[in-house]
Amino acid sequence: MKKSNDLYEVFLRSIRGVDHRHVGSLHADTAEQALTYARDVYTRRSEGVSIWVVKSTDITASQEQDAESFYDPMDDKPYRHASFYVLPDEIDNM
Amino acid sequence: MNNFSNSTLYNYLLGLADDALILGQRTSEWCSRGPFLEEDIALSNVALDYIGRARMFYQYAAEVEGKGRSEDDLAYFRDEREFSNLLINELPNYDFAFSMVRQYFLDVHACLYLQGLTASTDQHLAAIASKAIKESRYHLKRSQTWLLQLGLGTEESNKRMQTAIDELWGYTPEMFMMTETETQLSTAGIAVNRDNLLQQWTATVTADIRSADLQIPDQQWQVVGGREGKHSEHLGHLLAQMQILQRSYPGLEW
Repeated sequence: MKKSNDLYEVFLRSIRGVDHRHVGSLHADTAEQALTYARDVYTRRSEGVSIWVVKSTDITASQEQDAESFYDPMDDKPYRHASFYVLPDEIDNM
Repeated sequence: MNNFSNSTLYNYLLGLADDALILGQRTSEWCSRGPFLEEDIALSNVALDYIGRARMFYQYAAEVEGKGRSEDDLAYFRDEREFSNLLINELPNYDFAFSMVRQYFLDVHACLYLQGLTASTDQHLAAIASKAIKESRYHLKRSQTWLLQLGLGTEESNKRMQTAIDELWGYTPEMFMMTETETQLSTAGIAVNRDNLLQQWTATVTADIRSADLQIPDQQWQVVGGREGKHSEHLGHLLAQMQILQRSYPGLEW
């Protein structure tokens, strides 16, 4: 068995019904071990009810140098926002 | 109607408390010395679980004793010969393999023992057991994983695990030894009959050790005596370190 000690990203769901959120990362040899470490490192003060761990190398992330082509084109398209609708008073949030 | 005295129950509780405290203290020595950060935190967590467990047993023991002593009095102001923990719990950590094999042997045992204790006719003990068994199931998940990982790891890790198994094997029979106190309390439905756990413990441990490409030793030696206060040379040092603050400044709080 090779020595792996891979980096894993940890996602926690703090209460039922809420999304998992990225809380940090840790090293582990297997996904199962990453899960137990995540439990010890990130939930020891009752911070979570569900944990996801994902190998960092399995995450494909957008790159800083692509920011121009990725996000700039959206800047001049205000019609894509729902800000032109008048909300009825009874609705607080949308 | 109970046909045993309070001191019988007290002695039994003290044994359970001492087991938990001494292993917790020993395991806490890994704090800041773990092989890497994540394992360091995990090990410290396990140590804290055991110290929490010790507190529950000591508090109950102090209550049963009824002499106005506190959990701290029982932990910090008793001498080596008064401690009745199992010898396996007090052995030094040596290396990571040794600590993990010890933890694994004890975790398998704890899961079986606490399962039995949840059915105790003593409500207080049953409640402690229900709380502790959740922790022990988690500890077992950890130690079982390490047993496999290091057994199937490198030549060096396999060798160290085998050495640890050989060194610790003779200390395991004591986990199944019934004291007179325990026999009495197990008849009353309060304590767990350790004899009943041996078969399943052996089956689980044998299967796991084989899966990890390790061997069950065939040597027949065994060491016992912890329950009677006859300890290895290691307990005194552990107690000295653990008790010095309270002995030097009795009643110190922080």
